[in-house]
Amino acid sequence: MTKPRDKQLTIDEVVAQLSDGMTIGIGGWGPRRKPMALVRAILRSDLKDLTIVSWGGADVGLLARAGKIRKLVYAFVSLDSIPLEPNFQKARQEGTIPEIVELDEGMFQTGLYAAAQRLPFLPMRAGLGSDVLVNNAWITTVTSPYADENGDFEELTAVPALRLDVALVHLNRADVHGNATYLGPDPYFDDLFVQAADKAFVSVEQIVDTAGLTVDTPVQRLLISRMMVDGVVETPNGAHFTVCTPDYERDEKFQKAYAAAAGGSDEDWAAFEQRFLSGDEAAYQAAVAEFRAEQEASK
Amino acid sequence: MTEFSRADVCAAAIADAFKDDGEIFASPMGMLPMLGVRLARLTSNPDLVISDGESVFLGGTPPLFAKADVVEGWIPFRRVFDVVAYGKRHVMMGATQVDRQGNQNISAIGDFAQPKRQLLGSRGAPGNTVNNRTSYWVPKHNTRVFVENVDIVSGVGPARARAAGPGASKYNDIHRIVTNLGVFDVKGAGDTVRLLSVHPGVRVEEIVEATGFVLEIPTDVPTTREPSLEELVIIREVLDPKGLRFREVPEPEAAR
Repeated sequence: MTKPRDKQLTIDEVVAQLSDGMTIGIGGWGPRRKPMALVRAILRSDLKDLTIVSWGGADVGLLARAGKIRKLVYAFVSLDSIPLEPNFQKARQEGTIPEIVELDEGMFQTGLYAAAQRLPFLPMRAGLGSDVLVNNAWITTVTSPYADENGDFEELTAVPALRLDVALVHLNRADVHGNATYLGPDPYFDDLFVQAADKAFVSVEQIVDTAGLTVDTPVQRLLISRMMVDGVVETPNGAHFTVCTPDYERDEKFQKAYAAAAGGSDEDWAAFEQRFLSGDEAAYQAAVAEFRAEQEASK
Repeated sequence: MTEFSRADVCAAAIADAFKDDGEIFASPMGMLPMLGVRLARLTSNPDLVISDGESVFLGGTPPLFAKADVVEGWIPFRRVFDVVAYGKRHVMMGATQVDRQGNQNISAIGDFAQPKRQLLGSRGAPGNTVNNRTSYWVPKHNTRVFVENVDIVSGVGPARARAAGPGASKYNDIHRIVTNLGVFDVKGAGDTVRLLSVHPGVRVEEIVEATGFVLEIPTDVPTTREPSLEELVIIREVLDPKGLRFREVPEPEAAR
C-alpha cells in the first residue's frame, strides 16, 4: 500500500535547511509551547542576520543574546511569571538589534492571516492613533471603499502580510507525515505560522502512527495538516523550559535561573551558557536533569 | 463601623467600573483588577463573562488564581482577538505611564529606537483601545506614571483616536482609571483626565502632587464609596482570604 512520504528529520537536518538572512517565524506564545530544541540548535549554528517573527518569550531573548537577530518582529516579549525578558531588555537598551518592528498583538495575527491567505495586507482597527504606526512609518492605512452608517469612509490600518521563509512550531504529537495535534488548552497560532511560511518544520514531544493521533483526543485538536509541513522532528522535552501541557508545565525554577543569569553580570551569563548551551540537545537535557536533581536535593 | 483597607476600596471601585457593562467579557490584567471584576460578578453584575486568564471562560467565580470548578466556554488567544474586534469586552490594563490625554504606555521608557528601559511591548493596547471599552489600573499613583506626555503611545486616548478618524474613534471608550488614590475618567475639557473621586482618607492635594500634569478637578470632589459589608465579606472570606491584594496596595494604610 502506498503511503504519504515520511518527513522525519533530525534537529540538525532542520537547521541545515536554514540560511543567513532568512525570515523565521517561531510558533507558541511568550513562554508557552515554543520550539526551544530548534531554537537551541540555531544558537549552536553559524546562522546570522535572521529576521525573527514571534510573540516572544525566551526564544527571542536567547537569539538576541547570541546576536542572531538582524530584525525582530514582535508584539511583546515576556516570560509571564517574570514579566520582562532580561535578554530582550538588554538587547533593546543596548541597541543591538538593528531593526525593530513592534506591532499590536492582534495586528501580528492579522499579518499572519494575510500571509497565510497570500494577500498583501488585511484591514483592521488596531494600530490607528497609536505609536505602532509612528514607529513603523512603512505601515500605512487604507480607506474603506464602503461608507459606514454615518456616511464616513473609514480609514483603517493596512496590516502588511508577515510572510515567512520558514516556520518552526512545537506540538505534542505528530505522525511521520506531518499531521500534528496539540493536547493543551490553546492552539496558539501555529497553523497560521506554517501556512504563512514557504517551509514549515514541526517538532513534537512524540511521533505516533496516524491512527494514534485521534485515539485519546478529539479530531478538532489536529491543528496542522501534512500538506503544510516539510519536516517533523521528535524532540522530547523540546519545548523546555516553556509550558507544553499536558506533557509538562513550565519549568519555573529553571526559568528563574535563566532570568537571573540573563539579568546578571556577563560572567553569570557565560556560566549559564557554559553549563546549558555549550553542547547539543542531549547535553542540554542532561544538564537540565542534573539541575532538577540539585533543586530536589536542596529542598 | 466596619474597618476596611485601601485595597478593599480599590476593589470596590474597580467593581463599579464593570457594574453597568452588561453581558460582556471582562478582561482584568493584574491582581486588583481580577479581584474587582470577580467582586462585580458576585454583586452588581452577575452577567459578566470572566476567564481564567488562559483559555477558558469560568462558570463560577473562584478565588484569585484558583482553577475553575465549571467551565462555560473556550477563549484561547486567537478568540480573544476575535472578541476584541466584536466589541463585547471591557479590559482593565496596567499602565507604566498615563498622560493628560489618557494615552497609555506599556512599551518602553525613553526613545523607542534605543529605550532607557524596555518594557513588555505594546501587547494588545493599540487594538483594545480602538475596539472595546478600556480602563486602567495604577497601584502606585505618582508623577512617574502620570506624565504630561507618554514616551510611547500604546493605548490610544480619545483625542488621538479622534485625530486618527472615525475608524479609530467610533469604538474608542476609555472608561476609568482607578489608582490607589482615586478614580478618574478622560472626560475633562478637551478629552483630558478628570478626577471623579478621592478614596477615603486621601486629600485632593495628595493626588495633585502625585500627578505630573494639570488634572481637571471638580469644585466638590466626592469621596469614593466605602465597600459594603457584603463586599468586605466576599473579598475577605471568598475571593482573597490570603490577602494577596495587599501585595499591590499594601497595609498598613487603614482608610479610617
